[in-house]
Amino acid sequence: MRESLYRQAEGIDANGFVIQDERFVGLDNYRDVFTGQQADLFWNAFDNTTFFTFTTVAIEIILGLAMALVMHRAMRGRALVRAAILVPWAIPTAVSALLWRWIFDADGVANALLGRQILWTADGPAAKAAVIISDTWKTAPFIGLLVLAGLQLIPKELYEAAHVDGAGPWRQFRAITLPMIRPVLVVAVLFRMLDVLRMFDLPYVLIGNQKHSVETLSMLAFNEAGNLRYGPAAAFSTLLFCYVVLVAFVFVKLLGAEVIGQAATRRVRHRRRSAARRSRKTATT
Amino acid sequence: MTTCLPVATKPVRRPGVTTVLRHAGIVAITAYCLAPFYWMTVSAFRRPTDQFSLSVLPHQWSVANFMAVFKPDVGFQRALFNSLMVAGSTTALTLLLGTLCAYALARLNFRFKNLAAAAIIATSMFPGISLVVPLLRIFTDIGWINTYQAMIVPSLSFALPLTVWNLTAFFRQLPAELEEAAMIDGCTRGQAFRKVILPLAAPGVFTTAILVFITAWNEFIIALSMVNKKDMQTATVAVSRFTGAHGFDQPYGTQMAAGVLVTVPLVLAVLIFQRRIVAGLTAGGVK
Repeated sequence: MRESLYRQAEGIDANGFVIQDERFVGLDNYRDVFTGQQADLFWNAFDNTTFFTFTTVAIEIILGLAMALVMHRAMRGRALVRAAILVPWAIPTAVSALLWRWIFDADGVANALLGRQILWTADGPAAKAAVIISDTWKTAPFIGLLVLAGLQLIPKELYEAAHVDGAGPWRQFRAITLPMIRPVLVVAVLFRMLDVLRMFDLPYVLIGNQKHSVETLSMLAFNEAGNLRYGPAAAFSTLLFCYVVLVAFVFVKLLGAEVIGQAATRRVRHRRRSAARRSRKTATT
Repeated sequence: MTTCLPVATKPVRRPGVTTVLRHAGIVAITAYCLAPFYWMTVSAFRRPTDQFSLSVLPHQWSVANFMAVFKPDVGFQRALFNSLMVAGSTTALTLLLGTLCAYALARLNFRFKNLAAAAIIATSMFPGISLVVPLLRIFTDIGWINTYQAMIVPSLSFALPLTVWNLTAFFRQLPAELEEAAMIDGCTRGQAFRKVILPLAAPGVFTTAILVFITAWNEFIIALSMVNKKDMQTATVAVSRFTGAHGFDQPYGTQMAAGVLVTVPLVLAVLIFQRRIVAGLTAGGVK
């Protein structure tokens, strides 16, 4: 525990440290990000990150929910499916990115099946689609698993009562299933959003570094750090952190903190605090 | 009883269409999850000459790709060994620290307990990239670049919250009376923990160990940034760095073979410990 506390303190201190240690530039790094020469890069990465977050999470939730519903009713073959569903989760992201790179190759199996010639891994909209498809493949089953666990907690009597009252399957789904698994869904969406917001290895390996159409904020910060421009890199990653905090905060506010329970509200409260601390720190430097 | 009867007989009434649909659904999910993995495995077993063949099974099975992976100048054995070292020590260290910490959070009362718990969760939400920049600076200064500890220590930062979170939930489920009874019988709190709680918690600790090992094995960004020497790379980084013998061509066959090698231990673990993993994953999510 002490270890993890230290680690975080280390990160925050060092972030401030990095900016102080170089020639003192105050908030110039941040001003550059928003209006200077790097603004284009930043806003592009920002747009990509946001776009990926919303599309992948939406698709994953729908797919995962459908999977969970199918698995929940299945009697036979459940163990098999459960094992199968863990495979995408267990594959390292870097390997899954390679695997999809192979599938999406110009002469690969995806084009052969579609009968088209799409340059998936070149820069462009197709590359975005490739990232979304492979990310969905990797994580939708995981969401299915979480939702399935939620489904199994719903007492059977509720459905029996609804059936007696004459509710059809669709009505039962809307009136019983959805409200009952809402807490699980909210947690799944929150976790996935935070994950996609910091996505790095999938586009990095699948499409490549410094590709305009799939560059995420993490990748941008990584590039800057790799070019020994620590100042801008720290600025990008601090902004990413703030963005993550903001999204989590808004999300919890909108969908009601009470369903996630104490832990999450505590988490958000803490993060709000640390964000405030951070912004104070950057303001003073 | 009688009121339940119509409901109970309902699924039996029309087994035809719904069962077929359900089975189709099951098959579809399995195919969705396994097809890309299957394709990777099959591609790995093709001969390099018909790498781009699209047949469902290789015309001629070959291990040439695997041989290429293990050629001495690729150094893939070394990468696998590095991964094992990093993931293994991360798992061991987190379990050591995490068990103690989780027990403290679950049972003891102390000041700032909630704050400590919140800090641990917040750490797990930290974007990996935000750690990279400061850590690069620090590790350059203290000469840790290209060392195991440069990968292990940052890995702890995301493995520890996972461990603590899972194990706290697990320890809470164990009745507190157990330790009380042990302490009445003359154990100190430490002894009660060691002799009563730890053996009972073994399944939970084991589940967490699997989860931590898999996450640590899959780690990418830290391993990519902290190491630039080839013989210190972990397997995930090494796989992504494979380049062809002739300039820019992609050695897909070799990459797929390496991918299979990196994944197979995980898939085996998943198959064997399926039930535990599912329990561990959902415990974190549902609570």
